[in-house]
Amino acid sequence: MATFMKMVANGDILSIALKKYKCFIPNGSILVSRDYSISAKNHENYDIIITGGGMVGTTLACALANNRKLECKKILLLESGRQFEYKFEEKYSNRVVALNQQTRTLFSSIGAWQHIKATRYCTVQKMQVWDACSDAMIVFNEDYLTKEIAYIVENDLLLHAVNKQLTDKENVNVIYNSKIENIKLPKTLEENAQIQLQDGTKYKAKLLIGADGVNSLVRQTMGTQYVKWDYNQMAIVATLKLSEPTENIVAWQRFLPAGPIALLPLTNCLSSLVWSLPTTEAKRLLKVSEEEFVDDINNALWKVYPKDGIVESGMRALQQLLEGLSLQTGVIKQLQPSVSAIIEGSRAAFPLQFGHSVSYVQTGTVLVGDAAHRVHPLAGQGVNLGFGDVTVLVQLLAEAVVNGAPLGDMTYLRKYETLRQRYNVPMMFTIDALHRLYKGTAAPIVLARSLGLQLTNAIPVIKKALIEHASGQIGNR
Amino acid sequence: MRTIKSLSLRPMSTGFTLRNRLSEQIQEITKCDPPKKPTVDPATVEHHSKLSNKWWNVNGELRALHALNPLRVQFVRDGLANVGFKVECPYLPLKGIKILDVGCGGGVLSEPLARIGADVTGIDASSELITAAKEHAALDPSLDGKLNYIETVIEDYAPDNKETFNVIVASEVIEHVNDKELFLKCCISTMKPGGSIFLTTLNKTLPSWLGGIIAAENVLKLVPKGTHDWNKFITPAEMQSLLETYGCKTKLIHGMFYNPLRNEWFWMTSTAINYALHAVKRKRQE
Ligand SMILES: Cc1cc2nc3c(=O)[nH]c(=O)nc-3n(C[C@H](O)[C@H](O)[C@H](O)COP(=O)(O)OP(=O)(O)OC[C@H]3O[C@@H](n4cnc5c(N)ncnc54)[C@H](O)[C@@H]3O)c2cc1C
Repeated sequence: MATFMKMVANGDILSIALKKYKCFIPNGSILVSRDYSISAKNHENYDIIITGGGMVGTTLACALANNRKLECKKILLLESGRQFEYKFEEKYSNRVVALNQQTRTLFSSIGAWQHIKATRYCTVQKMQVWDACSDAMIVFNEDYLTKEIAYIVENDLLLHAVNKQLTDKENVNVIYNSKIENIKLPKTLEENAQIQLQDGTKYKAKLLIGADGVNSLVRQTMGTQYVKWDYNQMAIVATLKLSEPTENIVAWQRFLPAGPIALLPLTNCLSSLVWSLPTTEAKRLLKVSEEEFVDDINNALWKVYPKDGIVESGMRALQQLLEGLSLQTGVIKQLQPSVSAIIEGSRAAFPLQFGHSVSYVQTGTVLVGDAAHRVHPLAGQGVNLGFGDVTVLVQLLAEAVVNGAPLGDMTYLRKYETLRQRYNVPMMFTIDALHRLYKGTAAPIVLARSLGLQLTNAIPVIKKALIEHASGQIGNR
Repeated sequence: MRTIKSLSLRPMSTGFTLRNRLSEQIQEITKCDPPKKPTVDPATVEHHSKLSNKWWNVNGELRALHALNPLRVQFVRDGLANVGFKVECPYLPLKGIKILDVGCGGGVLSEPLARIGADVTGIDASSELITAAKEHAALDPSLDGKLNYIETVIEDYAPDNKETFNVIVASEVIEHVNDKELFLKCCISTMKPGGSIFLTTLNKTLPSWLGGIIAAENVLKLVPKGTHDWNKFITPAEMQSLLETYGCKTKLIHGMFYNPLRNEWFWMTSTAINYALHAVKRKRQE
């Protein structure tokens, strides 16, 4: 990890990353080009409009309405999809997220955690990450088994829990099946954001929040620079039956030459799979029989890859060095589970991409969640970054209100952007760099990543910092 | 480096004003009778009036004044809490408070105070600024009935409005005033016993001369030359003793500094350049 950190410091990762990126300013005028002047009078008036009722947008609406300094604000949540109906099923959903401590705090504060708790979730107390091409491994939280690192929750249940809290909030109006025809953003603080739906209804608000996901219309209308690239990878998800029941509290992640495979605990017999693979390989695995798929998973978890001479000797040198510094090197490797079957029909795949909006805000307009940033799921951070956005934005809007500032005031929006980018950007580039580092089997890369893993394991302080970052504890300072 | 951070917030800029307006203003100024309005400096009124259409451009000439709002609104809120005012409505923390904003200009501070529940009267000597303030307030329906702007000067306004207000605010004003004693006396007379006065201004120190005039006006050109007359600056001690003369006890003095690169203000312990002061008017029996 030391090598890696140095790379970060030198900006190497950034340059690696930037070499590949496609950078473009989307043409917002596609939507706003029709000369369209609306008289502000026939607009229904709100203080805040949120576009996108996904996990992040819905949680934001709830957190805003829940804040005592913002409870007087009229909020409109526009979701283009149908109204979501949750029906409890014994069978687990194949879409789950790993929530960190900070996200859990947010959910407790809006009262949604109680519904999750009353239904089901699984606590992760340990994380073991290991390398397929060397002996390197890293264990998080080995010494603090009492501490909880993450919580595995189904997406559906999470959205349901938040929706349940939202129904009590009188000042929030949710409109489903709302297809946006036109967005007009404010240019000055005195203006309103204006939205027209395809059915002709018009709304205006002092603040427009884009929570409309990776292809955000709000972001496109802002015309902000968006940096993105495809990984040419897909993530396969599935619900897995373990060969034998265990006390399932460990999140497993193995770095393979083709991409990482991760198992997240659901119950003592079930785990959830997130496996990143080159697109062609992923497509093949979607087609093979379930038995063959299970064999492939076990292979990915257990197959011994040829070790590399250079890597081995490099590792030995490191070992000596660390012993010289009297740092701990050996860790007890716990054996990973084997998989006996997959829950029928739970296999699915999603394309992976990296995307980051260069700015998150402009007067009266702000982006949150995937609308602002999209990461590789290998660190399970995607939606946590979005929930972190929610926490910080709500705090700053509350501050704006008690300082008598309009909601669209850049003083507060820019602070949100600074705080979130200071947290999100290093996280995103770390995740991206990890992905790049772990993709190849060429000796120098394997050596670098082995050394990185060994070093973090040996230096408790770095490891602690990594855990804290991953669990969002140092995000807002 | 510190000196650079000081700044005058009310620049007296020319250059973008139309000539005919300038002559109108000169006429206006010659009309006004200096001995009768000794607290106002006619030259200052003229220069600020010229800024009226720029007054609400948050990125324009007055960006530093806009950027000061979070600090000074917080100063008023916290100051009132310190003297026992209880907030009943979390989003209207100044509900029930009557404020006089002396030298309100275009209303940059009056508006946020009104938005958090206060009933604000803003007075300014410049008719253009009062017009600008009224026009801007009309853009936000939530301010309806909360703001009252009057074109007047404190010594004319005070006699008919004795002991009317809970709070007097004079932010970035007193450094432009000629007769500070009369100014403070008039301000304080409009205040109810037990009420609070909040002032922000520039100190009269070597750093404030270096920072506020030499650096801000000449080197960094943050504000046009000639904005400030250092002789009109007042030290916290002088201010405190004047306030004491008119029956006010100083509760708190805070230093402030400005970072021009980020257009952001911070509290600091040193009052060497900019400072904020909170004093409370004694009740009669005290
Ligand atoms: C395979 C995979 C695995 C993942 N695993 C994890 C994990 O383990 N942990 C984790 O933290 N994250 C994970 N993520 C990421 C996570 O799913 C996303 O970060 C999260 O869904 C983002 O939420 P969001 O609300 O910002 O956006 P979305 O979920 O995309 O929601 C956007 C919403 O806006 C609506 N919408 C779009 N356009 C409009 C419009 N114009 N008007 C109105 N509504 C509109 C959409 O219908 C949608 O409901 C994973 C992602 C993938 C693909």
